[in-house]
Amino acid sequence: MDTLKMNNASAYTKPLPRPDPELKPFWDFARLGQFAAQRCRDCAHVHFPPGPVCPACLSSSQEWFATSGRGTLFSWVAFHHPYWDCVKPALPYNVVMVQLEEGPLIASNLVDENLQGLKLGMAVEAVFEAIPGDMYLPKFKLRAR
Amino acid sequence: MSTPINAALSRSVAVVGVGNAPYGSFPDKDEYALAAEAFTQALQDSGLEKSQIDGIGVCRIPSYARMGEVLGIDPRWTLTLPAHGRMSGISIVEALAALHSGIAAYIVLLYSNIGRSRRMNYGGDEMPNVWDPWGFTSPGAGHAMMFRRHMELYGTTTRQLAEISVAFRKHACLNPDAVMKKPISIDDHENSRPITAPLRLLDYCQINDGACCMILTTAERARDLRRPPVYIAGVGARDNFRDSSLPNFSADFWYAALQDVAEQAYTMAGLGTQDVNALMAYDNFSPTVLFSLEGLGFCKRGESGAFVEGGRLALGGALPSNTDGGHLSNSYMQGWALNVESVRQLRGELGARQVAGCKVVQYVAATPCTRSIIYTLD
Repeated sequence: MDTLKMNNASAYTKPLPRPDPELKPFWDFARLGQFAAQRCRDCAHVHFPPGPVCPACLSSSQEWFATSGRGTLFSWVAFHHPYWDCVKPALPYNVVMVQLEEGPLIASNLVDENLQGLKLGMAVEAVFEAIPGDMYLPKFKLRAR
Repeated sequence: MSTPINAALSRSVAVVGVGNAPYGSFPDKDEYALAAEAFTQALQDSGLEKSQIDGIGVCRIPSYARMGEVLGIDPRWTLTLPAHGRMSGISIVEALAALHSGIAAYIVLLYSNIGRSRRMNYGGDEMPNVWDPWGFTSPGAGHAMMFRRHMELYGTTTRQLAEISVAFRKHACLNPDAVMKKPISIDDHENSRPITAPLRLLDYCQINDGACCMILTTAERARDLRRPPVYIAGVGARDNFRDSSLPNFSADFWYAALQDVAEQAYTMAGLGTQDVNALMAYDNFSPTVLFSLEGLGFCKRGESGAFVEGGRLALGGALPSNTDGGHLSNSYMQGWALNVESVRQLRGELGARQVAGCKVVQYVAATPCTRSIIYTLD
């Protein structure tokens, strides 16, 4: 498992995940170094965030599974404005949008801090950063194809 | 494409009164006080008696019942819509359907916003979402994501994007009601501080207090009223809810939705892009204007950056747009002020910012609830 160590828990500069029963499996998989998504047992549609029924066929028979953790860069931005006080020391920070190989479009952070030279469609893969509360936050790094 | 809208609805309903409360910061007022000012102005504009109003739609106003109490109205048609910047077009389409069907005869639509003086924040803990642990928050960030992708796919530049903010500020300088009246240049845009890069401060709408009101009735009833009727010639609607957890974001820049909406509205109106004398494009963030131009077919896909160069959207340009200054520089009335401006343009009331010979005005909101309204004089 590709993990990043936490330097100093008290100085953590992002909002922490809120307790949410629907997302608990996601964070459990993340602790194992896996980026999980929900899959329909009837039609195999893959989606994230999760929902109570499959948005394609409405089946309530759904399962969590570990995706490949691989995807491609769909877009990226740099936050310069502190929407939370806690992020001030981390400004500017990036947010990327990644299209997972399995389909879902998700938001995350790129651990490669230099955004110069990024191109749409670049290959990325998940890495897992330890965050307070014995949790791991999936982020992405550029991957050689 | 969608099932066509019943052609009999075209020009069957007209806007007969409009009004707006002042725009700014009014900590001593509330939504009802601002809405009452806009309503009083619109009622006077229409020449109707208050007792004739039998429908009331409220948007971003906490209680429809309190609004009716404040204005002394017991309607037979009531609609309440939330504080989202997508609801003006929805309200107008609902009013059209209710008036055409005879469920109501005179409908007042009211919008009021007290977000400035109440220090509303658009992002962070006031707008929690699933992506907070990664710091992805605020409506503007979704637009920044889209604009970055547009830049990479089509070569669109921030200087092209600046044309929008610069043109609308120019218009605001001609609008006594507008909040932002200091002229800006493309360089001012480029030098403004980044908020969520690639977007900068001057790509973001302001937040201010204010209220707008529209009064609508059937075309037949409209003919005898004080002001020239402004007809609703065409409407179009398409929502995109499937990726709602990525807030204010569309992977295709709402292109498919806008194409669908354009087809509905232009077919219903019997008009096309070439007939539009002025465009009122929802501009919570400047990139939506580019997306609107492409999706409605004013330019080819990917070419909106070049299209807006040279002041094409400014008064005197080929497609004057957001002639009141828009959300960027007039007022954050979440589409409502643009609809009011459409009516005033068609009536020829706007003096220095009047579009000469204005016969057709189109409103569009490229949002997860994409709407367009085409207004005409005949």
